[in-house]
Amino acid sequence: MSTWRRRDTGGVAYDDVEGTLRERTIVALSDRTLRGNLETAATSWGEGREAMRHDHGLDEMRERARDIRRQNIRELPALLSEMQAKVREAGGTVVRAADGAEACRYITGLARARGVRVVAKSKSMATEEIKLNEALEHAGIEVVETDLGEWILQLAGEHPSHIIAPAVHLNRAQVAQLFREEAGTDDVPDDREGLVAHARVRLREKFAQAGIGVSGVNLGVASTGTVCIVENEGNARLVTSQPRIHVAVMGMERVVADWDQAAHILQVLPMAAIGQDAANYVSLITGPRREGEADGPEEFHLVIVDGGRGALRGTEFEEALSCIRCGACLYSCPMWKSVGGQAYGSPYSGPIGAVITPLLEGPSSPASRDLPFMSSLCGACGEACPVGIPLQDLLVKARARASSPATRKSGVAFRAWSRLWRHPATYRAWMAGWRMMLRARGKDGWATHLPGPGAGWTQVRDMPSRWPPRR
Amino acid sequence: MRTCLSDAVAPSVWKSTRRVLQRCGVSVKVPRRQTCCSQPAWTAGHPDQARAVARHTLEVFAGPEQVVVPSGSCAGMVVHAYPEMFKGEPEEEAAIDLARRTVEFTQFLAEHGLQPGPGAPGPVTMHDSCHMLRVLGDSTSPREALAEAGCALEEMQNTDQCCGFGGVFSITFPELSARLGEEKARAAMQSGAREVTSCDLGCLMHIVGVAHRQGIPLRARHIAEVLDQ
Repeated sequence: MSTWRRRDTGGVAYDDVEGTLRERTIVALSDRTLRGNLETAATSWGEGREAMRHDHGLDEMRERARDIRRQNIRELPALLSEMQAKVREAGGTVVRAADGAEACRYITGLARARGVRVVAKSKSMATEEIKLNEALEHAGIEVVETDLGEWILQLAGEHPSHIIAPAVHLNRAQVAQLFREEAGTDDVPDDREGLVAHARVRLREKFAQAGIGVSGVNLGVASTGTVCIVENEGNARLVTSQPRIHVAVMGMERVVADWDQAAHILQVLPMAAIGQDAANYVSLITGPRREGEADGPEEFHLVIVDGGRGALRGTEFEEALSCIRCGACLYSCPMWKSVGGQAYGSPYSGPIGAVITPLLEGPSSPASRDLPFMSSLCGACGEACPVGIPLQDLLVKARARASSPATRKSGVAFRAWSRLWRHPATYRAWMAGWRMMLRARGKDGWATHLPGPGAGWTQVRDMPSRWPPRR
Repeated sequence: MRTCLSDAVAPSVWKSTRRVLQRCGVSVKVPRRQTCCSQPAWTAGHPDQARAVARHTLEVFAGPEQVVVPSGSCAGMVVHAYPEMFKGEPEEEAAIDLARRTVEFTQFLAEHGLQPGPGAPGPVTMHDSCHMLRVLGDSTSPREALAEAGCALEEMQNTDQCCGFGGVFSITFPELSARLGEEKARAAMQSGAREVTSCDLGCLMHIVGVAHRQGIPLRARHIAEVLDQ
């Protein structure tokens, strides 16, 4: 069902990404339906978040959320040790994976050892990052996404475009068509309720077959060894309780010290994400089913993935580890709202994705090195971030770290620029030459073709050769 | 501070800034040796090249005077990025000092309660440039200045949304940049005003440049020019 090729790079970005980032933005921009869908969703979440700011004092809550998360990252090694000990006390298994490949090896190994043929998954960015579906399918195991949006994407053979609401770029008619194809019948309703009911029936059949349920983790609470999973559909609760084995995959930075901290972050998360003051379901899971309990899995495995995160502690990018994956920076971002998440070519899109993908992937990775440049540095992301990550500043730092033929070329140009512009005489001479060229090229007050650095400008817009510009 | 964009495309912007300030009774010096705040290199990811140019700017603007900049973006660069750029460098103190003395043009007017007298009658619509709005955190100073000058303001939809200029971004992702510019130009036209103003020349060049290419009859003037008329 998946179109993914076998991973061999160990990177975060998708292997099947095609073309340059700029080419992908051009394709996305030509899709008017996409733009409309994104705008509708982003507007509604934005309005919701505004309401949260007024009704619940989200701005004040952000301060504390920021402090909590900074402290968590500083104390990360100790918190992870505590988390690990508590999960084991509760009867669970903990695996620390250095990278995605190691995490995938463990989970596929577990599935093989237990003779599992079908794995049911709830929405998880971490499993997307480690390319778990691909690894399981390669091992001959069927994977079923049970989040409605993720399932739709799995049917479409696409990657999720967003941390939350992953199929936000598709509309109702497109979804109905996918369901018809999957069911092999035209007998699928195309109203909203009908589509959901149809999906529910199909997915329940899969739950009954699944031997392993794989979930992500929104927060790990070190003091009790509890994983928290936040969702709106209830499928994650089934994934974590119905199959015999529950495997939770957690990025190593997603841990808080205690319930006081967890309670605060769990409140801020849905407010920032979709402008609701509570998520529909919050599952709190501590180990497997205990004696005398009526339900829950027989085995609980927590896979904690480093994947390049540990190396970020103590660097200028450390604050990026505070992220609680709410998605607020994405739908505040004018670029993301224009092209959607898929153009980014990474499970982590938008401003946070443009910062962390190159960090997790390595600065010269072809799939991620352009990402930090796809921003006007407008700062809407940092303003929206509920844990106060200075995304705009981190994007600038990520640019300084990027390395590609394009950045080397721009490095040469800016060395020349710097030598000219640090001396008044050469600066003035350059300006005089530029203005003369602009006047010579200008016709009726406008230049429509400029040479050199101006060529990028006049590709899509004119340059006023007189100011104020003529109409 | 004249700003490099004003030097390159619109000297009338820094000249209007000077005139308006003088009309308010402010003694204005425009150092001849000044060049650029270095933001282009800084945001393109070349901090060393930026630092070399910024070092020159620190020298030129040494002294006790306030430094007025007719750009939210260049002012934001000095105020926000200079202390970071020179952290641990010999010039750190000078950078922090310049950051403290630097202020955007309409903020300077508001800070000192200056009234430049009547400007253009308008109506104009106002684009909140991102760095004015989010780095300097100010959307009121330019509006107050327009009101003081008796210039009618017609607000557009989503005035706080980025126009897509973004410096080097406008050249590395031209199609995406132009799409946002077009949306901004259309929103400006729908406001009822036929002229857009802003604290940042870069945004205006981009918005009006896209508008002209798309055949949208939008005019643009920097806020200093609107106040100067």
